[in-house]
Amino acid sequence: MKSIYKTGLTLAGLALLFLLIGWANGHLNEYYSRVLNTAAIYIVAAVSYNLINGVAGQFSLGPNGFMAIGAYVTTLLILPVSQKQAVWFLQPLVWPLRAYSLPLWLFPVALLAGGAAAALGAFLIGIPALRLRGDYLAIATFGFGEIIFVLANNIIPLTNGPLGIKGIPNLPYLLWVTWGCAVLTVLAVTSLVNSSFGRALKAIREDEVAAEAMGVALFRHKMLALVVSGFFGGIAGGLLAFLVSTISPSAFTFFMTFTLLIIIVLGGLGSTTGAVVTAVIYTVLQELLRVVESPLDLGPVHIPGISGMRMVVISALLIAVMLFYRRGLFGGREFSWDWLWQKWTKRKGTSWNQTAASRS
Amino acid sequence: MEPNGGQPLLSLRNVTMQFGGLTALDDFSLELAPGELLGLIGPNGAGKTTVFNVITGQFAPTRGRILFQGRDITGWRPDRVTAAGIARTFQNIRLFGGLSVLENVLVAYHVRLRSGVLGAIFRSRLYRREEEQMRREGMALLERVGLAEVAREEAHGLPYGQQRRLEIARALATHPRLLLLDEPAAGMNPEETRQLMGFIQHIRREFQLTILLIEHDMQLVMGICERIRVLDYGQSIAEGTPEQIQRNPRVIQAYLGQAEADEEGQGARHDVAG
Repeated sequence: MKSIYKTGLTLAGLALLFLLIGWANGHLNEYYSRVLNTAAIYIVAAVSYNLINGVAGQFSLGPNGFMAIGAYVTTLLILPVSQKQAVWFLQPLVWPLRAYSLPLWLFPVALLAGGAAAALGAFLIGIPALRLRGDYLAIATFGFGEIIFVLANNIIPLTNGPLGIKGIPNLPYLLWVTWGCAVLTVLAVTSLVNSSFGRALKAIREDEVAAEAMGVALFRHKMLALVVSGFFGGIAGGLLAFLVSTISPSAFTFFMTFTLLIIIVLGGLGSTTGAVVTAVIYTVLQELLRVVESPLDLGPVHIPGISGMRMVVISALLIAVMLFYRRGLFGGREFSWDWLWQKWTKRKGTSWNQTAASRS
Repeated sequence: MEPNGGQPLLSLRNVTMQFGGLTALDDFSLELAPGELLGLIGPNGAGKTTVFNVITGQFAPTRGRILFQGRDITGWRPDRVTAAGIARTFQNIRLFGGLSVLENVLVAYHVRLRSGVLGAIFRSRLYRREEEQMRREGMALLERVGLAEVAREEAHGLPYGQQRRLEIARALATHPRLLLLDEPAAGMNPEETRQLMGFIQHIRREFQLTILLIEHDMQLVMGICERIRVLDYGQSIAEGTPEQIQRNPRVIQAYLGQAEADEEGQGARHDVAG
């Protein structure tokens, strides 16, 4: 297929998505909007996490830390001064933040600052941690997430500790913001993965020794993946703060990383398509499965609601998927218009697929 | 870039490599003239692959210096050594299995990319031109080594002989002046080995390479090397033309006389990887 057609199809797909969001913005109630927003935020977080874990093959367990940094920095910049005085009633907030806040319409600046701070955090943890491989890297990045968690709990003049921060202003048109960020993240990460830098990252994943022998500077490229991943992780954290309007350290425990890990493994490590699709599926499942947590009357039998039952079902699904699709739903493959075109022409029984395959 | 007069392309000066108490390479010196094809042989564990690993920067030598084109490259990181013009293949094939044959080669061009990350993400004009250039060059290279028709296949699906060939092609893509081949004929049958010999001579001419070759297959070594160096227990024991080496009593003893050596009570032999 000619690349101009593919670009056209991509643009058409985006236009369709925007039409859907435009419609959803006016017609959906708060509950459904919230589900859609959550899905978009999971897309941002999972796609960026997949970059370091799936594409570059560096087993990081730190995305909860990046999201926490993004959420706190965004919140501290955007929370109105009056609200800051109300929240930090035991100890005052540190000086410049106490007196100044960005107006709400500058929320993109706050989000970008959150992303930049998370990227800086990624850079700092990367300096020691990226010298490690495999399990050791996992432990080091896990430690990073825990450090951020403990700091958020204890630096009360900055984070208000375990009480968290309340009253983050609502963003009008939040759906546009979250889905806009999701689209931009997917485009940026896909573009990176499909570039020469992406090939270098995949080469590192396939064989570090050979990649280095082919001239790939290991440390620099791993750092690139970690910092980009941290940046978008920070954006996801900031978006989450706007969505739930309250943040506290407990929102960014290791459970967040665990959720993202489930999403990218289910989707197929290394597959951006997989990360997007499973992020949406996971969010919707979380809602659909609320049924299993509510009390149930089956004639004479009464089953009381068991909270946490959803995770049991999701874990069972995880086991099932891993048994039947060992490499995840997409197994590292990506959606592409060529692939769709091939499927389509094959079904119509023509021999077009050969021409489709010979084009990149 | 051309080395002046009789300057060697590569020289190892009194290189010693110790791992803990184990001396894998002992006071090893070697000079390679531009355009030469030198064979490095020796029994298992003699330290041959260690020579490659210290040249390419996998290990920094305990003592001694390594000079390439007159520049001291001792202790450089592997990717910098590669960028300086030394490429290698591995004894156990190390391809990027999940990537396509073409992508395997393209990875090797990455080091010469001038665009930055942002240029690549936003597909700047420079980046698009470079990417296209890379793909053209990569396909041309695959054509020259006879892998063009499998360019889109995943590397781990290739038959063994083609995997070996791809590994060499990938090394060539880094534009080396010196190519290090680590047992390229391992696991090949005599017919494949004969083909490989032709292939090595072909690329040597066409890419104007200097080649350092580790090999166990004596047919191949004696067939294409002008000069052979023999290693045993990390030490050089002989050097000369194939005929001289075949007649050298120390070499024969190193390969065949281990039983006698053991009887003389030389003690346990430590095997060094490769």
